[in-house]
Order: sequence, then C-alpha cells, then structure tokens
Amino acid sequence: MTEAIAATARWQSCAIVEIATRTPAIKSFFLRLSETFDHKAGQHVDVRLIAPNGYTAMRSYSIASAPSNSRVIELAIERLPDGEVSPFFHDVAQVGDTIELRGPLGGHFLWPRPSNKPVLLIGAGSGVAPLMAMIRYRKASAEVVPVALLLSSRTWREVLFRDELLELEMSLPDFAFALALTREPATRCTDFSGRIDARVVADVAARLPASPGCAFVCGSNAFVDIAADAVLALGLEAGTIKTERYGA
Amino acid sequence: MATRGFTGRQSGPEPSDRVPPGQHLVNNFPVLTAGPTPRIEPADWNFTLKVGPRPFKVWSWSDFNALPRTRMTRDIHCVTSWSKLNTAWEGVAVDDILADAGLSAPTPFVLAHCFDGYSTNVPLADLATGKAMVALKYEGQPLPREHGGPARLLVPHLYFWKSAKWVNGLQFTERDEAGFWELRGYHIYGDPWNEQRYTND
Ligand SMILES: Cc1cc2nc3c(=O)[nH]c(=O)nc-3n(C[C@H](O)[C@H](O)[C@H](O)COP(=O)(O)OP(=O)(O)OC[C@H]3O[C@@H](n4cnc5c(N)ncnc54)[C@H](O)[C@@H]3O)c2cc1C
Repeated sequence: MTEAIAATARWQSCAIVEIATRTPAIKSFFLRLSETFDHKAGQHVDVRLIAPNGYTAMRSYSIASAPSNSRVIELAIERLPDGEVSPFFHDVAQVGDTIELRGPLGGHFLWPRPSNKPVLLIGAGSGVAPLMAMIRYRKASAEVVPVALLLSSRTWREVLFRDELLELEMSLPDFAFALALTREPATRCTDFSGRIDARVVADVAARLPASPGCAFVCGSNAFVDIAADAVLALGLEAGTIKTERYGA
Repeated sequence: MATRGFTGRQSGPEPSDRVPPGQHLVNNFPVLTAGPTPRIEPADWNFTLKVGPRPFKVWSWSDFNALPRTRMTRDIHCVTSWSKLNTAWEGVAVDDILADAGLSAPTPFVLAHCFDGYSTNVPLADLATGKAMVALKYEGQPLPREHGGPARLLVPHLYFWKSAKWVNGLQFTERDEAGFWELRGYHIYGDPWNEQRYTND
C-alpha cells in the first residue's frame, strides 16, 4: 500500500478525452493520464485548477472507473450551483483541455482484499462514484463476492450510472441493486420511496446470501451519518464500516 | 501551466498570509470521518496518559474537566483543501495535562489515540508550550459529536487530521510512529505551509 501511495506526489497533466452527461447535474469527465497509475477501487485523485495569476483551486474526486490497463480514468462530477471547481468542469471545460491531477490517493476507502464475505454499498448522488468503481472492478475481476448497492437519489432521472446499473442487475451474478427515491414514488417494487433508514438498509442487506462483512457509505456528510448508523444497527462493527464524506 | 478558462473565486482581498498554498476558505465546518460517528457518553469517557505501553495516569470526565482551562482562537487547515479562520476553542492545554500528571517529556514523540481506534502522531514539540490542547468546547458550546465531542485534540498549526477527534489518550513513544492516516498515505508531519499532504510531499 505504501508503495502505491509513494508514487502519488507528482502532479501530472491529463487531457480531457470525453465528456458524458450522466444526469441533469452530473457529468463524467474521461481524462487521459500522461503517467499511468494503478489505482484501487474506492480511491480518489486531487485535481487542481490554476488561474492566469497563479491562484490555484484544489478538490478531490473519486475515480469512478475500475482499475484497468487503460490510461483513461473517469471522474463523475456533480455541479454545485455556487461552487468554484465543479461549475468550471460543467460550464467551461471541453474535450482537449488539460487538467492537472495527482493520484491515486486514499488508503482507507478501498475495496477489501479478496474474501467471500458479502459487501454492502450505500451511496447518494455523486457519492455513487467510488462504489461504481468497486462494482465495475467486481465485474471485471473473477471475484465472486456478493454485493448489494443501495442508492439514494432525488428522482429516477438523477440516478448516476442508472442504465449501467440496471444492466448489471440483470447480468452480474450475486449483485443486488435497490434505489431509494426521495422526491418521487419508486415504480419498481424492489425500490423504496423516501429516505434511507435502518429498515431500508436491513431490507437490502437481507438480499445478500449472508450478512455483510463490510460496508462502504459515500455521499454528503448528513447522508453518510444516517446510513452508517443504519449499518451499525445491522450489527456490523464500526471498524468494518468505511465512509467517504463529500461535504456539508 | 494555467488551466484554460479558469479564473477562480478569488473573491476580495484574501488574507493570503493566513491561507496556506492550495487551500481555500470556507464559512461552514465540513466533516471528514473514516467511519460512523462514535457516541461517547461522559460517564464512559476517560483519558489515559501512557509512557510506552505503561499507563501513567487516567482521568475521568469530571477529573479532566477540573483541570485548568485554556482558550485559543486559531485558523485551521484541512488536507482536503479547506481552511477556516478564527475558530474559537476551549479545553485543557497539553502542558497542563502533563503538569497534572507530574510528567515532563519522557520522549520527544507522542501518539494520540481515539475511541474509534484511530491514532495520529505528533512530536511533543508541536503539542507543548501552549501549541495544542484537548478541546472540550467549540465556539463556547460543548464540542458537537460530529466534530469529535466530547473531546478532540487540537493542533491548529498542522493539517487538521492531526487534531484527532474522540481523543482518549496520549502515548509517549520512543520513535516517531506513524498513526492511522500516516500509514495510509498521509504525511508523517503535515505542515500546511509546506503542503505536506501526502507521504512524499
Ligand atoms: C475524497 C473525496 C472525494 C470526492 N469525490 C467526488 C466525486 O466523485 N464527485 C463529486 O461531484 N464530488 C466529489 N467530492 C466533492 C468535491 O471534492 C468538491 O467538494 C465539490 O465538487 C464541490 O467543489 P466546488 O469547488 O464546486 O464547490 P465549493 O466552492 O467548494 O463550494 C461548495 C459549496 O459550498 C458553497 N460555498 C462555499 N464557500 C463559498 C463561498 N465562499 N462563496 C460561495 N459559495 C460558497 C457553494 O455554494 C457550494 O455549494 C469529493 C470529496 C472528497 C473529500
């Protein structure tokens, strides 16, 4: 682990090779690394933007793509109306532009070492990004660990990676997928209408063949606190619940 | 090289002598925690001072609250790039903890331990002589749980992960031993003015 991290200190320039609109507020940015790196599912990069006078803004973004031999990584960035960096990506950045980043970073919110204990993933909004890297990794690798994903979103239209997840729900063995929609009624009987609570989390965890060995929770701080408490209520040890908090 | 089309917020005259490189100011108080937020009742709280593996003194919540109080208003800097100016804290200076235990610098290195199993290393020189405290209040109120309540370490001149939340003890170590985040890619010392964010920075 320390070796993987030791190489991170260097900033590198990456070209934006593709921009994909994922939801009304989230776009994916595909960046071609000039120096490849080996990331683990769950890690992030730091991105920095530099103004002509040298002023620099730095933010962290999870890597949504699975580890692979490709030089291209995907970041899924949600536009926060009055933000400094995310509106730049949405409104200004174009294919062909160069962005500076360093990574991979983060040594805690990481897909676990091979084990057959089921994994519970809970995310909201753009917080699905590192969980998507894990699910994509699970698909690409030969690992057979059962996974359940509970995803909270305001509406069906705003579900990040929705079509890909629906497709994986059909094709990937031992993958359970449930939505909790907070601003409109859910139409699928396996989904939930309303906010995540202990009952919803218990229902989704029960779709796994055995109780989960660990859980990953990602999203806003308020969401993460509620979801992490719900996972604690399942009886998981606090140390097996890993959280990534994107902001207030 | 400048990023095409980026000017940034750069709102007004930033007090740049107070904002370290790569940091931006926030008015809110973001929370970064690696797991669920612990719930610790004062009755279950205690604080242990150790020298190596040996417990030297243990304080209960009420004993600890009876120690002399210190106030500090400081700027804080999180490694995720936000900084917050003029945060007001009240607690017990590390100097006063050591004085109450009658202990003076058995080694130059300290590891802070927390209720949730996390730890972080800070040299004694960065804790003593009024530089750091175990904070019990933030902005005049008992420290909220999400910010480390009932008590957190406050080492404001280092990146804020060094200000360990839910702290429950300080341990003198023979060597500078990496703590939880320092073992997971973060810098061993964490000086924001030298941008010591990650291991090799
Ligand atoms: C490990 C990690 C991984 C992350 N991964 C992702 C990811 O995959 N996708 C993603 O979308 N995000 C991710 N984030 C969040 C991301 O780093 C940024 O915080 C987010 O994009 C907001 O940045 P911003 O510059 O757009 O907004 P900021 O400028 O930081 O502002 C954030 C919010 O605060 C308000 N605000 C704060 N200060 C001011 C001010 N002075 N003036 C006006 N408004 C203000 C803004 O209205 C805005 O809504 C991650 C965060 C972390 C820590």
